[in-house]
Amino acid sequence: MTADLMMAAAQGLLALFLAPGVVGLVRWLKARLQNRRGAPPWQPYRELRKLFQKEVVVSRHASWLFHLAPFVVFASTLAVAVIVPVLAVPLLVDRIGDLLVVVYLLLLGTFFLALAGLDPGSAFGGMGASREVTVAALAEPTLAVAIFALARSAGSTNLGEIAARTTADPLSAVSPGHLLAFAALFIVMLAETGRLPVDNPATHLELTMIHEAMVLEYSGRYLALIEWAAALKFLVFFILLGNLFVPWGLARALTLEAVMTAVGVFAVKVVVLAVAVAVLETRVAKLRLFRVPELLSASFVLALLAVTSSFLLR
Amino acid sequence: MLLFLKILKAGIVTEPLAPGEPDVIEVAREVETKARRLLGRAVAIREVDAGSCNGCEIEITGLTGPVYDSERFGIHFVASPRHADLLLVTGPVTRNMEIPLLKTYEATPDPKIVVAVGDCARTCGVFRGSYAVVGSVDAVIPVDVFVSGCPPEPTDILRGILTALDRLPKRKRRRDGT
Amino acid sequence: MAPELLLLSVAGYTAGALAALAFRGMVGRALVAAGALGGSLATLALGAWCLATGATLVFAAPWLPLTGFALRADSLSAFFLIVVGLAAAAASLYGFGYSAHYDGRYSLRLLGAMFNVLLLSLTVQVLADNALTFLVTWEVMSLSAYFLVLTEHDQPGTVRAANWYLGVTHAGFAALIAAFLVLAAGDMTGSFAAMRSVGLTPGTRNLVFLLALVGFGTKAGVIPLHVWLPMAHPVAPSHVSAVLSGVVIKMGVYGLMRVTLDLLGGGPAWWGGIVLGLGAVSALLGVLYALMEHDLKRLLAYHSVENMGIILLGVGAGLMFQSYGLPALATLGFIAGLYHTLNHACFKGLLFLGAGSVQYATKTRNMEDLGGLIKRMPRTAACFLVGAAAISALPPLNGFASEWLVFQTLMGGALVPRPEVAIGMPIAVAMLALSSGLAVACFVKAFGITFLALPRSTDAARAREVPASMQVGMLLLVGMCVALGVTPFLVVPALSRALAGLGRIPVTPIGFSLHLPFSVAGVTGEMSPLLLAVGLALLGVLTAIVLRLLADRRLRVGDTWGCGRIGQTPRMEYTATAFAEPLRRVFAELYRPTEDLSIDFHPKSKYFVRSIAYRSEVQPWFERLLYTPVLSALRGAAARVRQVQAGSLHLYLAYLTIALLVLLVVARWSR
Repeated sequence: MTADLMMAAAQGLLALFLAPGVVGLVRWLKARLQNRRGAPPWQPYRELRKLFQKEVVVSRHASWLFHLAPFVVFASTLAVAVIVPVLAVPLLVDRIGDLLVVVYLLLLGTFFLALAGLDPGSAFGGMGASREVTVAALAEPTLAVAIFALARSAGSTNLGEIAARTTADPLSAVSPGHLLAFAALFIVMLAETGRLPVDNPATHLELTMIHEAMVLEYSGRYLALIEWAAALKFLVFFILLGNLFVPWGLARALTLEAVMTAVGVFAVKVVVLAVAVAVLETRVAKLRLFRVPELLSASFVLALLAVTSSFLLR
Repeated sequence: MLLFLKILKAGIVTEPLAPGEPDVIEVAREVETKARRLLGRAVAIREVDAGSCNGCEIEITGLTGPVYDSERFGIHFVASPRHADLLLVTGPVTRNMEIPLLKTYEATPDPKIVVAVGDCARTCGVFRGSYAVVGSVDAVIPVDVFVSGCPPEPTDILRGILTALDRLPKRKRRRDGT
Repeated sequence: MAPELLLLSVAGYTAGALAALAFRGMVGRALVAAGALGGSLATLALGAWCLATGATLVFAAPWLPLTGFALRADSLSAFFLIVVGLAAAAASLYGFGYSAHYDGRYSLRLLGAMFNVLLLSLTVQVLADNALTFLVTWEVMSLSAYFLVLTEHDQPGTVRAANWYLGVTHAGFAALIAAFLVLAAGDMTGSFAAMRSVGLTPGTRNLVFLLALVGFGTKAGVIPLHVWLPMAHPVAPSHVSAVLSGVVIKMGVYGLMRVTLDLLGGGPAWWGGIVLGLGAVSALLGVLYALMEHDLKRLLAYHSVENMGIILLGVGAGLMFQSYGLPALATLGFIAGLYHTLNHACFKGLLFLGAGSVQYATKTRNMEDLGGLIKRMPRTAACFLVGAAAISALPPLNGFASEWLVFQTLMGGALVPRPEVAIGMPIAVAMLALSSGLAVACFVKAFGITFLALPRSTDAARAREVPASMQVGMLLLVGMCVALGVTPFLVVPALSRALAGLGRIPVTPIGFSLHLPFSVAGVTGEMSPLLLAVGLALLGVLTAIVLRLLADRRLRVGDTWGCGRIGQTPRMEYTATAFAEPLRRVFAELYRPTEDLSIDFHPKSKYFVRSIAYRSEVQPWFERLLYTPVLSALRGAAARVRQVQAGSLHLYLAYLTIALLVLLVVARWSR
């Protein structure tokens, strides 16, 4: 049991410390695809280190919620990182939360971040909060139905179970249900983590911002926590896409050999997904905000097809 | 598909930073070593247009493009001064922009650096003495580095920022023999 | 023990009602609150006692004229007694401080007396053991609620709301009388036990089910019978709204479960399907209409519609799985529904008490005039935040625990190999998830616009924290929200005991452990809100400690960043209407919003604008398509019938003569 707990803590920390690197990797790939050198993939670490040493400026109209929100966002995202199967499955922590818990923990972070956007009383914050909760709300049905599709074929909503069931039945990984659910979850990832075509993470125009606009008031260590949590959320979605749909490589036993293999395979999956996101972001343009529901409805239809196909083909 | 073929064909087009004229950049105040070391590798810039004709802005926009690529030095532009470490100010400070410029400076957390770009920022340029102008940028906020030019080359702006951070690539200059 | 507790609670309520009539001023209010509090605590204790020990309380008074009064407390009643007692206790405490501002303006006597009568009728309602007792207490409950809704009778809209409430509730009551008449085969004083054993034809059972659905649906506020809810709940005094939303509408759920599950013993799958469908539609439409509201209490009332939908999703799924022969999954569905009933009573009660505090402090319910209350009313704000997080189903609070159970039940639909279930369940899951996400959006708006940023009016700027009794009432419910959220391992076994024996469902024991494991055949899910809560707290504290040690500690207070603008006024903040605007656009097909923009230009130049007024209203589809046609048809029919009463004395004499002749003929022939 202690080995399990230490493994869970270790994989949570691994995800935490890898997350800025993944964001940096996507940025570096995008830079190369824009024909320029760009910052090295470890640039976000330097940015975080700098932010932790900067002063925090807080609006005089903000309340204690403004100070509390970065901790809630960070803690909830870190809790998710501990629960999802990064390296080894099944672990005891798997029984603390299943996929539904993961989704709602992320929603907890969104709730507090949106409130923090409204707190200082600026119009930017209000706009960012309003758009962020709209996108989050519209992504919920897709997430729930995709979970339904996965749970149906695995017989459980717990992540370890789903990964184990797919490993035991390799053909199910290429079943239409799984592929459609993967596509639906990929689109939801783009929406929830603020990537093109839903939201441009590098924009400076407040009118085009969704996630950025909520954090315009944050500075210093609070901003560092929020940026880190956003990077961690991005990595968590990679983990879900990689380790639930392609679970080979996950350590079944806690031996050094298995864990090392798991780390290697995990790195490969992350790089593949990072390349996919970078290429996609280079290819598409940002969608107008009121076209985003159409994109999310398309992902919902994909998820619904995933469920019905897994019923029809059973 | 065509897009990616084109990207592959073009390759990396970033040019190495040219040495440039030394007296274009004037160091007005010594930046604290602590700030330099903190911001040296990752600096966020908030650009403030204090009434400029936008000639400097066009040069600054070129900085983030593939040719000058400021990002390779760890420089990125941000929307909010709360996220920023360095204020890049252009233009003679007009009356209407005096208070906003001051507020932007106050909104930026410490440690911060100010780089004033263009002749207008230094001496009000061609607008000197106008009824609409308050004065040069250091009449409103303390400036660390001035970059002269109307407008200055993107390389000069980049060198000005790097001088403020004490990150000018000195080794390259020695290799060129200058 | 049980009869003593019942007597105690009846005594408490009666004492409270009499004290309201006898005493005035603060003494009167205190005695009313004490009586109500004593009665509700006794109710709570009675329910807990019966549920824990399995004792049944039987009381019959057949000598009471007209009613054939009979009471019986079984485990389902015991659970609902807990719901009643909990919400009533908090509301009574709160009511002491809240009714202070009615002193001198409205009748405190009627308020106090009717409040106690309402609570008494609720207690007796769940104990009723024959049809007549059930119906009589139902009517007493509805009427006392009517008088309470009418408390602030001179405010605009109150009388209209009360009339709508009365009309719809009586239409439902008519359906209930019909249902019980058919079910009891005419014998209204026969006990429920007798009704259980009566064999009815499937056609009759379907009829009873449909009538009961309509009757209990009007009380529960399911779409399309919900129109009175957003009218009546906002205008009532806030502690009454808490009881109305927290308990009275739950009587619809109680009645439905009692009739369908207990007395009829379950039915064909389409029964569960209809309830499930109505639940899903109510959940979605309830939250969609809540989003567009900027009246704080109306928003909460629409959320009650939404949460009743979620409860019915659980109950409907339970009924459906029972008919497909999956008793364990059916139990899970009913447990989920009942758990959400209890949770909703707690967090909705808390939210209404919070909204009442806001109204008490600022004299307005309009969110567009509020703001900045978190600094002026910090404890109310914290309580409202907990309620908002609970209703948005955020872990580790109670809303999440019951919604998780509802999700697990619906996902169990994968076990039923029927195509309509295979298509229907994912859609139900999607609608539940969408309503849950939209609830988050709605409560970010409700809490954010009301409490955060700068006050948008002088009333809001002058708000002060509410008196202690009101705070204690809210804190009680906050404690329950947290407690019910982290201890599902205690609640779920209690609920399965509550369902024992109903509808021939076997008692499925669910193990006691720190987490909530299931092994319902085919679908397993595990989670532990307690460990989650501990983990989250630990991670948060760890982060704070690490930050304190390693990061820079400087903090400076400055202006809000507004692109360097000079000064900040409340007019620069986001409004509630603006916040909901993206969703209004997305769901424009449903809302069909009408927009009214009037711009007041400066007389000399169109470039200078003096003021802009923007007004947007959503189409009231149900009023337009359902209620208005029905009401105008009724009015037309009534107008035509009125012609019979032409006013002419000769005509009336003619009627009398004809009636007499007809009677004589009939009497002659039937000899």
